[in-house]
Amino acid sequence: MAGVQVSSLSRSFGAHKALDDVSIDFADGGFYALLGPSGSGKTTLLRQIAGFDFPDSGRIAIGGESVERVPVEKRRIGMVFQNYALFPNMSVADNVAFGLSVRGEPKATIASEVQRALDLVQLGKLGGRRPHQLSGGQRQRVALARAIVTKPRVLLLDEPLGALDKALRVDMQIELKRIQREIGITTIFVTHDQEEALTMSDRIGILRDGRLVQEGPPEDIYDSPKSEFAATFLGDANILRGETTGTGIRLPDGTAIAAGAGATLAAGAKASCAVRPERIRIAADSGGADQANGNVLRGQVSKRIFAGNNSTYFVERDGQTLKVIVQNTGIERLAEGQEVVLRWSPESTVLIAAN
Amino acid sequence: MATTRILEWLGRLYIWLLLAFLYLPIVIMALMSFNVSPFYQLPFEWTTEWYASLWQNDQLISATWNSIEIAIITTIICVVLGSAASLALFRYEFRGKKFLQALLFPPIAIPWLITGTAMLIFFFGVGIGRGLFAILLGHVALALPYVIVVVSARLQTFAPELEEAARSLGANQWQVTSRVTLPWIMPGVIAGGLFAFAVSFDQFVVSYFLSTPGQTTLPVEIYAAIRKGFTPEINAVSTIIIVVSMALMLLTARFFKFGGEK
Repeated sequence: MAGVQVSSLSRSFGAHKALDDVSIDFADGGFYALLGPSGSGKTTLLRQIAGFDFPDSGRIAIGGESVERVPVEKRRIGMVFQNYALFPNMSVADNVAFGLSVRGEPKATIASEVQRALDLVQLGKLGGRRPHQLSGGQRQRVALARAIVTKPRVLLLDEPLGALDKALRVDMQIELKRIQREIGITTIFVTHDQEEALTMSDRIGILRDGRLVQEGPPEDIYDSPKSEFAATFLGDANILRGETTGTGIRLPDGTAIAAGAGATLAAGAKASCAVRPERIRIAADSGGADQANGNVLRGQVSKRIFAGNNSTYFVERDGQTLKVIVQNTGIERLAEGQEVVLRWSPESTVLIAAN
Repeated sequence: MATTRILEWLGRLYIWLLLAFLYLPIVIMALMSFNVSPFYQLPFEWTTEWYASLWQNDQLISATWNSIEIAIITTIICVVLGSAASLALFRYEFRGKKFLQALLFPPIAIPWLITGTAMLIFFFGVGIGRGLFAILLGHVALALPYVIVVVSARLQTFAPELEEAARSLGANQWQVTSRVTLPWIMPGVIAGGLFAFAVSFDQFVVSYFLSTPGQTTLPVEIYAAIRKGFTPEINAVSTIIIVVSMALMLLTARFFKFGGEK
């Protein structure tokens, strides 16, 4: 087991910069998500760490040892592919045994290690099946068992849950996390699903256009995104744009928005404020005076989406639609077309430099 | 519902007519190889005398062995070279790859008469001349594109991630090929091999151009025999060839159907 250090990694395909000076430190034993839209470079980064492709410049170290020119078969990594890539001509047990068998391990060792790995993923009895006789979730587990049975230094997962349906995906998330904890392997996980990244990982790296946008624990990125992209890609966010006043912004219509978190910026520059939809309180506009502290905006409900445990209100204000999520406490429901007041605290507001 | 039934009936009739068109001449020939009269006279009287006299015909038998040997060697060479070429075309990107792939198809379309003439001139030019070795070279050149096309078609259904998965598990190039890729393309390799065998065994035109009186193949020998005078022995040997060829083609179809499965 080992940590992975990626420093100043760049890789271009023709004129396209797939990775542009990316540096990330993947701690030993951590569960790391690489999150980004398609074409952001997250899969390219994973393939670089795996060794399927070599960088133009930069360094990759696994357990302190430089590997950026070492081919994949010598890197001692384990990889789970998006479509599982199980060998169709082999039984489940032979699939799992493959890595040990090409290494020339004795048959008895292979058999016991394979059984242990299959037991770990709770497929102990299915060793004799063929991959096409398994369900999607079971194939996923076989792919995982095959990747970890060789005791790799790092486990790489390329959107491993993408092909599963929602309910199964949640099960597998928990399962994957359990197995990862049990063997304590450094895990790097590529996904475009923000929820998956939030629920599973110790740290998240957000990529966009080949660059690392932001990196840190999920809570930190969610609570204090450093860019509009990070704010809207990880979770939902209302973005208000204006000029900074130093501690907040002034909207084009003159309304001041106070921010309690985020960047410190020189007054007068263009900037935006991000507010999570669940941090905003919404109430019918009774025409009363506003309290001194706290952010206040008035608008009109244009749409309400009822989702059982919560409702999402879309509020029109000065040509912009703001999103507000309200837990269903059964107290008050607002109708479409109603004039409303939105209130939220400066602490829930993140000041972001214009990008 | 009545129209459906009529359409169904017409469909069935069509299939039977098609099969009759394809197989009736062959069936008649096969029957006549067992008929006593050498002039197709009826009533039919059963005999195996033509097969017996075929057995006495040294020239036909030696030509048959030549054909079988050449077909087997052609198959082996084409399967090895063709599979390797298909794998290279599948795995690697290199300059002129598209051009090379495009060049693989014309030999299939060029009339054998022209290929044969060209080979004859070429083999004389380089000093190989005519004979069994020249025929073998010619057959390999004719059959190779078929193997590449068939194996490549099978490779189209191969997921490249499988090779990547094998490499990530520590397998070297040889282990990847022998344990993951080859098992997957094997139905295509077998089908391609059967194709190569059929192309070589059934080949007349190119063999005719490249054979010498002592060194010839079965189809050329049959042609020579017919020119001398038709005997039911030819029916007999033709029947044998048809049975062997059809068995091979049925095998090919079987393996190629495997190719369509996942």
